[in-house]
Order: sequence, then C-alpha cells, then structure tokens
Amino acid sequence: MKRKEYWLGVRDSLPVGIGYFAVSFGFGVAAVGTVSVVQATVMSLTNLTSAGQFAAIGVIAAASSLWIMLLTQLVINSRYALMSLALSQKLGKKFGLFQRLVIAFFNTDEIFALAMQRPVPLTVPYMVGLGLTPLIGWTGGTLLGALAGDILPTSVSTALGVALYGMFVAIVVPQAVESKPKRIAALLAAVLSCLFTWFPWLKTVDSGLAIVICTVIAAAICAVLFPVEDTEEASE
Amino acid sequence: MSPYIYILVMAITTYLIRMIPLVFFRKEIKNRFIRSFLAYVPCACLTAMTFPAILYSTNAVISGAVALTVALITALCKRSLVTVAALSCAAVFATELIIRLL
Repeated sequence: MKRKEYWLGVRDSLPVGIGYFAVSFGFGVAAVGTVSVVQATVMSLTNLTSAGQFAAIGVIAAASSLWIMLLTQLVINSRYALMSLALSQKLGKKFGLFQRLVIAFFNTDEIFALAMQRPVPLTVPYMVGLGLTPLIGWTGGTLLGALAGDILPTSVSTALGVALYGMFVAIVVPQAVESKPKRIAALLAAVLSCLFTWFPWLKTVDSGLAIVICTVIAAAICAVLFPVEDTEEASE
Repeated sequence: MSPYIYILVMAITTYLIRMIPLVFFRKEIKNRFIRSFLAYVPCACLTAMTFPAILYSTNAVISGAVALTVALITALCKRSLVTVAALSCAAVFATELIIRLL
C-alpha cells in the first residue's frame, strides 16, 4: 500500500519532473555566467523555486545586500504561504509535525496543484513520491544546463526560457475551462497584471510584489462573488 | 561575498514561507471566505506570473506572443504539461529564426 502510494506520486509528478528538467536546464544556462556550475546546482537542490531563483541570480550579479535577497524571496515566494495554507487544509490530521516539515520543502506551484486536484485523501508516501521526482528533475536539469551553458547557442537558450510559462498555461487552462469562477479569477489576475506592467506609476512596483497584489485582489473578488459550497472541499 | 551565503539566505527564507503555514495552521478553516479565497489563489497567481511577462521573456514581443498562443491552443487541446511547454519553446525558436531570416 505504502509502496503503491509512493509510485502513484512518482507517476503523477513525472510530467512535472520532466517539465522542471527542461525549465531548469534554461535556468542553468542563464545562471552559469553569474555563479559556478556547482553553486547553481546547490541553489536548485536547496530552493526548488523557479521565479525566486531567476530573481536571485539578478541579486547576486548586482552584489546586493543579503537583506535585498531576503526581501526578494519573501515577496516573490509569498504565494507559497497561501499554497501551504491551502495544502495544510487538504492534508488533514494524519500528517504529523515531522511529515509536515518534510512536505513543506516540496510545496511548489505545480506540486501544490497536483496535490490539491487529487480526488482521494493524500498520504505521506504519495506526497514524497510527488515531491522527489520534480526535485531530481529540477536539480539535474540545472546541472546539465549549467554544464551546457557555454556550448548552446543563445537561440536555443532563449527558446528554453519560455518552458516555465508554457507549464503555467498548461496548468491554468484546464481549470479555467472547467470552472467559471476560476476562469474569472484568471482573467482578473491577467488584467491586473497588465496594469502593473504598463500603467504609469503602477509599473514601478517591484514585479514580485505586483504578482502578490494581483493574486490577492483577483482571488478576493472571486471569493466574494463565488463562495465555495459549505460541504465541499475548498479545492473543488 | 560568497554566492553560498546568498543561497543559504534564500533557501532559509523560502523554506520558512512554505513551512510555517503548513505546520502552524492545522485546524480546518471554517471561514467560507478564506476557503473560497484559497481555492482561487493558484489560478490567479500562475496567470499573473505568466501574463504579460511571457511577452517580454524572449528577444522579441512577437515570439513571446506566438509562444503564448501555441501554449493556449495546445492546452485547450488537453495536451500534457511537457508537450505544451516543449511546443512553446519550439514556437519561440522557430519565430526568432524566421525574424532573423527576414
């Protein structure tokens, strides 16, 4: 049972692991100009976050203070706090302190999405399987990308840079097709995000902070307009 | 300063952001607004991160737009995560190749 659950987790997250490999390959290619191959790999192994790591390379390249690094990560990755909060609800009482300490490390956008959409209750081996495969893909991709960084032409590395966005689209679209409130949440977030990109004054707001503001406003409006049913899971 | 110190700071920050809500907020949330809010966070967050940033992630806005279009169409056709991502990358590569040839 435990083994089966673990392998179910591995199976479900295999596409994410492969996707992470492709995306982090792009990260490795880009990072190796600023940090060493080993440093880029260690960063992926210990952080497992796409947007935060991309931003961190900029912070290190600019030799900014550690406070800037802390703030950047805090802002860009604050969405994980919301996701962990939602995931905490879904985990239920079976998960103890140690298990939660371990699972917390793997809570990325995609692993979170997979965990939340599982129709049956989550188990510890399932969550470990779900998290380890993407971690291996993410770290391995970074290592190979950093090693290949000097060899690959820029046309290839630029193209690899959109892999992350492609994945995000692939996660959002099926949910938006299925649920009208989620469709509206996505549309609202897109409109707000455009304002923060193009509107005078608003576009001076830090891009990581802008993502947080757009997310909170869009989700709050939809929560008022379309409250979830009392009996069903918040994830449905 | 060694990049390892930066990496340590970011790793600890990111872990704490993920860990604290998961460990310390275990009771079931009864508030309907908060439950609804949390249900809509993933869709809103991923969309805000993707659009319009994807347009500026490549060498030209047009190749970013083509990548987005390809991603939307293939995702609507229910293709897998990896397929959608791979085809978006291919779209950028092809578009920028055409731009250079023109």
